[in-house]
Amino acid sequence: MSKKMKRRVKNVVYYIVGTLVALIFVAPMIWMLVSSLKNEPDIFKNLSSLSTFIPKSITLENFQSVFERTPMLRFIFNSLFYCLAIVILDLLVNSMFGYALAKFQFKGREILTNCVVALMVFPFEAIILALYVEINSFGWLNSWLALIVPFIGKCFTIYLFRQFFVDFPDELLEAARIDGCGPFRIFIKIVIPNSGPVFATAFILDFSAHWNDYLWPLLVSTNEEMRTIQLGIATFFNTEPIEYGPIMAALVICTIPMLILFLILQKYYVQGITSSGIKG
Amino acid sequence: MKGWKEKGTIGRVKRREGMTAYLFSTPAIILLIMFIAVPVVIAICYSLMDYNTLRPEAQSFIGISNYINLMNDSEFWNAFKNTVYFTVIVVPLQCGLALALALLVSKKTRGVSIFRIAFFAPTVTSMVVIAILWQIILNSSSAQGWFNAILTNLGFEAIPFLTSKATAMNSIIMMSAWQGAGYQMMIFLAGIQGISNDLYEAADMDGANVIQKFRYITMPGLKNVSKYVVLITSIQAMRLFTQPYIMTQGGPQDSTKTLVYYIYNEAFRSRKFGYACAAAVIYFVIIVILSLALKKLLKSD
Repeated sequence: MSKKMKRRVKNVVYYIVGTLVALIFVAPMIWMLVSSLKNEPDIFKNLSSLSTFIPKSITLENFQSVFERTPMLRFIFNSLFYCLAIVILDLLVNSMFGYALAKFQFKGREILTNCVVALMVFPFEAIILALYVEINSFGWLNSWLALIVPFIGKCFTIYLFRQFFVDFPDELLEAARIDGCGPFRIFIKIVIPNSGPVFATAFILDFSAHWNDYLWPLLVSTNEEMRTIQLGIATFFNTEPIEYGPIMAALVICTIPMLILFLILQKYYVQGITSSGIKG
Repeated sequence: MKGWKEKGTIGRVKRREGMTAYLFSTPAIILLIMFIAVPVVIAICYSLMDYNTLRPEAQSFIGISNYINLMNDSEFWNAFKNTVYFTVIVVPLQCGLALALALLVSKKTRGVSIFRIAFFAPTVTSMVVIAILWQIILNSSSAQGWFNAILTNLGFEAIPFLTSKATAMNSIIMMSAWQGAGYQMMIFLAGIQGISNDLYEAADMDGANVIQKFRYITMPGLKNVSKYVVLITSIQAMRLFTQPYIMTQGGPQDSTKTLVYYIYNEAFRSRKFGYACAAAVIYFVIIVILSLALKKLLKSD
């Protein structure tokens, strides 16, 4: 066999293996999508053959049924609203702290940086009960405040920003200072516009984390109108009559916003995961 | 005179810089104190009290009784055992899978980014969605469960994936590794891409085969990355809650009840808030010990 042939065979084997492994990861998701488009009786027909992936007829009734039987739009709005609120405030507050840790000389800087690093892996579940008591004593249960305020300050994001701002060119800051800009104006006019990637990274990581929140909303959002999308679909899953078509449709509805966001911001998402890994 | 003036200005600039720094830092610090430090104190206080939310007026200080009772609580130990079992199995499984996937997609060739997205897709999907989907797929009847339909078609017996004590936790382990591996894959991938290409070229010249290259170049190059991956995967594993809560409700026979689930149950089902806080404090200590131990491992060599 010639060298060229050998390489070609190797390539073919590579693509076959890769495709098979990829199927293991996406087949359940594809099945979910296809089932959401099927009539109820067709979902569990021919399960063991490949034809389970091919809908005989496509229907959008399942999606219609989800919106009829649950206030799904409300759930989507709730999740979008509280996640965006957390993320925007998180970006603002934590980027300022990260900037201070990176660029200012002040007493306690070392200690604060060490605290932030130590708290990065803080197990939230350990304080969830105490946080519940605290939020309850503020009278915040079943309000936006309970979902948003406790999660604005975040050590992971602070550290992410600090690592980015350490490398921010001092000349730019110095030039602005000579032009007579105050520190807040420098931050808003110079630093933020030149730090797009780190903000995008923090945005996607934080947004996806909260979009997927389950335990905390389960505790504090007990009213239906405050329900998040994750709570909404989990409740829907256990609501009679149990029809799998609409359940699949609900799962698809919950997955699509994150998938779109991920495809748009993929690069930053991956950067966020890896930068923490390599430097941490 | 000139020197003195300069010194004064610098001093003033420095002091002003300190003030600005505190202004920039205060909002985040206040929030962190309010929602991390204060809850820690609250948790410790309640863990020393008899506090049942059905009788909120009857709070009393009982010292370390909650802790002593916990040590004699077989349900707590069962939850502890289940959490440790999950962690010990899922961490090597998930990290190994992630490394294999990373090696697969580290090849610089056309179409590889599609593989990357495919492996990453379950990670982007929420755990609630994944748990519901898999509960349907793993249905124990071969008329409704996709997996069991395939198994019976191939001539095997249907497996009660989530409804038998012997298989429920293992099913959750498999699913969790499948769901999470894409995340660690990305970290490994960055690690692999960080290894200098010269090393591989030199190895090629020496006629090294694929396995030798992996053993002597890739593995040592990924040492630190691997340790970090093990650390975050372990801590993630110790937080297991959503999967058993949705898929098995901790059953069958408490075989998938984890520490977080136990804490949740004691507080919101049994209403024993003080007792649950004591369990939470112990849980916290376990995680701290685990992460310190793993960090020490990280720092060694």
